[in-house]
Amino acid sequence: MKLSFLPISALKPISVLKPTTALKRLSALKPQSGDRIQPTAQAVGGRVERPSPGGAKETLSRSIAIRRLLHALIISAAVLLLMGADTDARFKDLGHRMMCTCGCGQVLLECNHVGCQSSDKMRNQLLAALDKGDNDDLILQGFVQDYGPTVIAAPTSTGFNKVAWIMPFVVLVLGFVLVSWIVRAWKNRPAPALADGITIPPGNELDELREKARKDTEQ
Amino acid sequence: MATIGSFALALALGLSAYCFAMGLLALIFSKHPAAAALGETARRAGIAAFAAVLLASFVLVVSAFNDDFSVAYIQQHSNRDLPAAYKFAVLWSGQEGSLLFWSLLLSGYGFVLRLRYKTDQRLFAYASMIIASVQVFFLLIVNIAAKPFALVPGRIPPDGNGLNPLLQYPEMVIHPPMLYLGYVGFTIPFAFALGALIMHYPGEKWIHITRRWTMVTWCFLTIGVFLGAHWAYAVLGWGGYWGWDPVENASLMPWLTGTAFLHSVMMQEKRGMLKIWNMALVFSTFLLSMLGTFLTRSGVISSVHAFAQSSIGTWFIVFIALTTAVCVFFLVKNLSNLKSEHKLESLVSRESSFLFNNLLLLILCFTVLWGTFFPILSEWVQGHKVTVGPPFFNRVAVPVALLLMLLTAVGPLLAWRKTSIESLKRNFLFPTIGSIAVGLMMVLFGVRPWEDPSYFYAVMAAILSALVIFTIISEFVRGGRVIAGKSGMNIFAAMLHLCRRNTRRYGGYIVHFGVALVIIGLLGAAFNKEVEKEMGFGDKIQLGPYTLVCQSYTQDDNPNYGVESAMFNLFRNGRLVTTMYPERRFYKASGQPQTIPNIYPSFMQDFFLVNDVYVVYEGKNDTTGRPIIKAHLNPLVPWIWIGLVIMVFGTIVAMVPNTMPVTVTAPSPVREIAHVGAGD
Repeated sequence: MKLSFLPISALKPISVLKPTTALKRLSALKPQSGDRIQPTAQAVGGRVERPSPGGAKETLSRSIAIRRLLHALIISAAVLLLMGADTDARFKDLGHRMMCTCGCGQVLLECNHVGCQSSDKMRNQLLAALDKGDNDDLILQGFVQDYGPTVIAAPTSTGFNKVAWIMPFVVLVLGFVLVSWIVRAWKNRPAPALADGITIPPGNELDELREKARKDTEQ
Repeated sequence: MATIGSFALALALGLSAYCFAMGLLALIFSKHPAAAALGETARRAGIAAFAAVLLASFVLVVSAFNDDFSVAYIQQHSNRDLPAAYKFAVLWSGQEGSLLFWSLLLSGYGFVLRLRYKTDQRLFAYASMIIASVQVFFLLIVNIAAKPFALVPGRIPPDGNGLNPLLQYPEMVIHPPMLYLGYVGFTIPFAFALGALIMHYPGEKWIHITRRWTMVTWCFLTIGVFLGAHWAYAVLGWGGYWGWDPVENASLMPWLTGTAFLHSVMMQEKRGMLKIWNMALVFSTFLLSMLGTFLTRSGVISSVHAFAQSSIGTWFIVFIALTTAVCVFFLVKNLSNLKSEHKLESLVSRESSFLFNNLLLLILCFTVLWGTFFPILSEWVQGHKVTVGPPFFNRVAVPVALLLMLLTAVGPLLAWRKTSIESLKRNFLFPTIGSIAVGLMMVLFGVRPWEDPSYFYAVMAAILSALVIFTIISEFVRGGRVIAGKSGMNIFAAMLHLCRRNTRRYGGYIVHFGVALVIIGLLGAAFNKEVEKEMGFGDKIQLGPYTLVCQSYTQDDNPNYGVESAMFNLFRNGRLVTTMYPERRFYKASGQPQTIPNIYPSFMQDFFLVNDVYVVYEGKNDTTGRPIIKAHLNPLVPWIWIGLVIMVFGTIVAMVPNTMPVTVTAPSPVREIAHVGAGD
């Protein structure tokens, strides 16, 4: 049963399988009888030509509608193609955002137990959901309903789970503030008292000596 | 035999308890005339405890070799047909045996320490007493809660259950001992640090004494962690090496704090700064090692690596709580003795880079700890567990790790106290140009960092790794040129000479070089490819430029397991490269299957951009009866293992004493001769 969903590349693009849905979307873009189409100004030969009222207005509105329909068709075709090409990526992405529930502790697509009842079933379920055209959130919700919240491989960004994501960055920021404060405090600390006879040379001279010491020690 | 083992363990407990109690008394009443003699008996008891634990361990191994299934532990973890090497590994393959192994290593470390006590008798006496207290804890567990010599009730079974198939792999004979040597070894710097704190030890001598212990321990832990990753890669058959499993995380946390300590300790040695911080880091590292042991054994967090759930978790909680309380008490009590001796002169200095390096390492450690324990926290707060798996860790830890890489590149080129802008420009010009060129080349070769976050991180990791490598090369070349100019040596001999004159500094650079290679190996994961397919004779799988052609399937059998293996020819652009034999075993004693992937690193074909061709024979499809093959193309992975070898080599170099000290007298607030450069 393992190979029932493979190869992944053989998957059909979701939207190609659902032409009716695509057509419905397109029909929504067509101007309906009650729609008002605003005439637009067009520049011809350097001057602005206003459309004449009456029949010309109807012709214009039809040409605009056709143009819009064409745009919509092109955009829809591009979207459909992209969605189709994206199915592999979505399968991989979602499959890596869920855990196998067999107890192996592996990410769903990385569970490699032959005949693992959980991962086979879950992968098929994921494919079916993708085939149905569900969006990512809906698919993940479905899995949570079926297998519980531990099926999601990382905490969600809702409720208390947000804390999981926020805390490391809060600690990072606090840490930076703390270290910066320490550095500043140490920098402003008074210099240790020197024994009699020891003098610290002024800025440039000291830097030169340090540079010399550094070069010497590199030998 | 079991009786001898049990007796040896009881004796070891008695001796360790004596070592602790009498050692403590001798230190408390150190003015008493009998204190020295009492202390000496404590030291000798500690040495004898090692002999007793060694005897117990020997008895357990002999029981495994003799197939003594009257011992429950042997019955559960061995069988008659288990190969000899794995019978030896039985010692650490189960809960009770591995705790005995812990005790053995700890008493072994204690044995060495107690033999070298003349270095500083009083400090060593404190350290010995503290180690004995930890020894008592572990020996109490193996004597009471997890007995390795418990007998099988009723009739003795004719054969054992066998060793877990996952553990029947050569690396499993090395990986756990390495990891344990790392975990246990951190007890030594911990004992010295706590001892120095309790006795108000003046100066940094405890750090000089423990430096090599810490580096050896760190090296063992590094090897252990990476061998674990390699074992996961070579045995588990999922094509990855790090799954952010709680037990993997448990080994990473003390490694991170240990690494932070190895860096910050230089601040204390050179500048008398970060004294409290170093104490806290040593304590944290030890406690995190204990926490890791607790996680593996308590069953509090589910993991494929964990031992069976048991009651010993409570023992660990009590021990960790007690140890924390003792550490905090003495740290707070001695705060006034731990003040920094110097002020920070500039923000752009080695000192501040160490501070930020420590911060990032600790943030990484916190992230790992937080992610590991969040499921428990979630259960308390929300009433249900959530999973914190790879997507969380990758998203949170990777950006912090990249910042750390930036500091790894920049930090070593900053001078102590203050770095001039001119020196920064001079040191970073070539490495910066080189690393940006690497990033541009990746884009030119088709990596689009704006298309996918994983590509973005891969490009950033490549740029920063290149920056680390180029800065190290420039440091070696700059120093080598100076020596070559003055001595007439060739540049390579000069660089070797340079390395020998300051082993710690240049050994550290070599470790950083290894780390950069490891990061390069890790970034390859963004470009992994995989194909799974049912394959008959002559069927092909295409993976990038490689083609796998199925040649045949065979079956074999030995007393321990039956095996099915596949034979594939691997072609690159039509040319035969090698033949691969992935196999699937079925272990008879345990009745469990196991895949053994075959991995081909393509150094001969791709060299720098090496790929691992990784083929797994997953078994047969229940419905069709046809073999299922999963093939992965994992770019750059071999660099991880090469990076490890270089890291270990660098650590060894850093431990070797300098051939000659570099001393320069410089006018500064430091009133004695300053050892500049040496050891930084």
